[in-house]
Amino acid sequence: MSTIREERPMGGMARVSAALWRRTWLRASLTLTPPLAWFLVIYIASLALMLVTAFWTVNPFTNVLEHSWTFTNFDQLFTSTYLTIIARTLEMAALVTVTDAVIALPFAYYMARVASPRGRQLLFTAVLLPLWASYLARVYAWIVILQKGGTLSWAFQQVGLGPVNIGYTNTAMWLVFSYIWLPFMIVPVYGALERIPDSLLEASGDLGARAWRTARSVIVPLALPGIIAGSIFTFSLTLGDFITPLLVGGTNSQFIGNVIYDNIGTANNLPFAATLSLVPIVIMGVYLLGARASGAFEAL
Amino acid sequence: MKPRRRHGAAGALIAAAAVAMAVVSIIPSAASAGRVAAGLSVPTANLPVPSSIGKGEGKLNLIAWAGYAQPEWVKPFEKQTGCQVNAKYPNTSSDMVSLMANGGGGQYDLVSASGDADLRLIYAGDVRPVNMALIPSWKQLYPFLQSPSFNTIAGKHYGVSFEFGPNVLLYNTKTFKTAPTSWSVIYSNKYKGQVTVPDNPIQIADAALYLSKSQPKLGITDPYELTQPQFNAAVALLKSEHPLIKKYWDAASQEISLFQSGTTVVGAAWPYQETTLAADKAPVASTIPKEGATGWADTWMLAAKAPDPNCAYKWMAYMSTPQIQAEDADSYGETPANTQACAIMDKIAKGSCAGYHANEPQSYFNTIKFWKTPLGTCDNGKNDCVPFQSWVTAWTQIIG
Repeated sequence: MSTIREERPMGGMARVSAALWRRTWLRASLTLTPPLAWFLVIYIASLALMLVTAFWTVNPFTNVLEHSWTFTNFDQLFTSTYLTIIARTLEMAALVTVTDAVIALPFAYYMARVASPRGRQLLFTAVLLPLWASYLARVYAWIVILQKGGTLSWAFQQVGLGPVNIGYTNTAMWLVFSYIWLPFMIVPVYGALERIPDSLLEASGDLGARAWRTARSVIVPLALPGIIAGSIFTFSLTLGDFITPLLVGGTNSQFIGNVIYDNIGTANNLPFAATLSLVPIVIMGVYLLGARASGAFEAL
Repeated sequence: MKPRRRHGAAGALIAAAAVAMAVVSIIPSAASAGRVAAGLSVPTANLPVPSSIGKGEGKLNLIAWAGYAQPEWVKPFEKQTGCQVNAKYPNTSSDMVSLMANGGGGQYDLVSASGDADLRLIYAGDVRPVNMALIPSWKQLYPFLQSPSFNTIAGKHYGVSFEFGPNVLLYNTKTFKTAPTSWSVIYSNKYKGQVTVPDNPIQIADAALYLSKSQPKLGITDPYELTQPQFNAAVALLKSEHPLIKKYWDAASQEISLFQSGTTVVGAAWPYQETTLAADKAPVASTIPKEGATGWADTWMLAAKAPDPNCAYKWMAYMSTPQIQAEDADSYGETPANTQACAIMDKIAKGSCAGYHANEPQSYFNTIKFWKTPLGTCDNGKNDCVPFQSWVTAWTQIIG
């Protein structure tokens, strides 16, 4: 070994690699093209197709798609039947989000700042464990709990509060949704709370703030991006659900998703289903813009 | 036809969506859009039928309800005929119709369509006439299932009737000491909050059937062919029923748990729910009230472009035999179409023949109005009926 730098003609691979190293734009476009193509073809194109379908109709006699442009579907959408269903879905999504935030905040605070490392581990497991069970199994468990003569009713009778029968109501839906999506709120809130430096809390105390004041002026504002990030999950998941309304809802419990399902599965009216599915897309678009403005994406 | 409005903005959207349109034109449903003849003629009515069943093609592709191609009877069939059976199980009637588009696409041979899909398939030209002379057991079928209006048009059979069942009135025997005699109990304030009916637009036909007897002035003769005023009356009745309903049930298991827990005491159900609940010793019984009942009836229909017609004919003949009819009736929970199946059913499961009403007299079956697709054309050329699409829209309004 007399020379340290061995002068060797460059092989094909090496030349390609060198060219890529020199031209960053080439490297970037080669890396990004496959996923971008996938994104454009599979995701954006199908969305665009759906948007287009919303302006078509189905011939009521033959049930065949008619490619003539019309606003019939949108006229139908803005009738009281569908506006009520949209409002109900939105209301439930908001209610579930608020409920989960109220539960998650103190819970995540305890996990992040009070519990011992071992306790924290246990709590984390407890929060995430239900996600290992099937969604359906958990919903069915709630049916057993809430139905007439079920576990909840039995427990109330044991303590002398009389039987309760809230199975197959919107209250039941609210409980089940709040339970099912709770982990999706706790985790981001925990992330936000864990990042608050101790010094800020100490400073607040040094300046004479009591616990409540510290919570209100320091902890909640700093946890807010986490809450908003979690609310994106709870809100959008509730907004798009149709299984829980089907299984635990009663009468007057249809969601946007149920009407979409009926129009595809039963009526074969794809255009109206497409029109309806634009509603959650628009709602989530507005919601995400609002969330971005509040800086929530930095906490994701 | 729905009134259609034109908007100026549509032009701008067409331009904006031009790229997407290019993609759209290659999807199959769009490509085949022009094939359906609007109106009343069946496009495949004059296709030739075979005069004998030839040698099997070695394979058979089915679109069937889950449970209709069980190994218990598929295995022996494969052994007998050499036709390897592949089955696809869709979830809804509309899925069946989509899968059968373009005559089964040269891929599927048979579909076990229910009455609410049959006419859609026939008038779309997706199924073809069947020669009943090649189905020996056809003569053993109940007379009312040999040439029913939901699968036979102008003397041409577009399939062989398979199994069926009524939508019965299920009730709690603790609440009802004697069997209710009228569907009026599910429209009565007396059982407010304890009633359940299926979450299915075809339920409008149940209301229409009740109205055909309770309000003869409306002139309802066929609950699936409703003029706008008749349809409005049925919808109004269902809207008035809404406050009484505890739950519009989606799955049979849901209704079973509703009755088991005593949450509901009366409702519309299938015989399957009753037999399952009775097996669990729940205090329930069922009846067909004096107004009659609606019901479903399935048909093995032959795809217009069936690639394996010989195997398909062998399957239709096989599935019509008393033995297989009995096996399916007991395993699926419905009534066989073959009159000879009853004795075999009892051999498989004691009492199941009576349980699924396979031994009832003709007068019992006359009370069942079988599902068929509500068509705008009324199937009689009058063109003043409410089409199925509007049934679905109205149903969304009813259940809220």
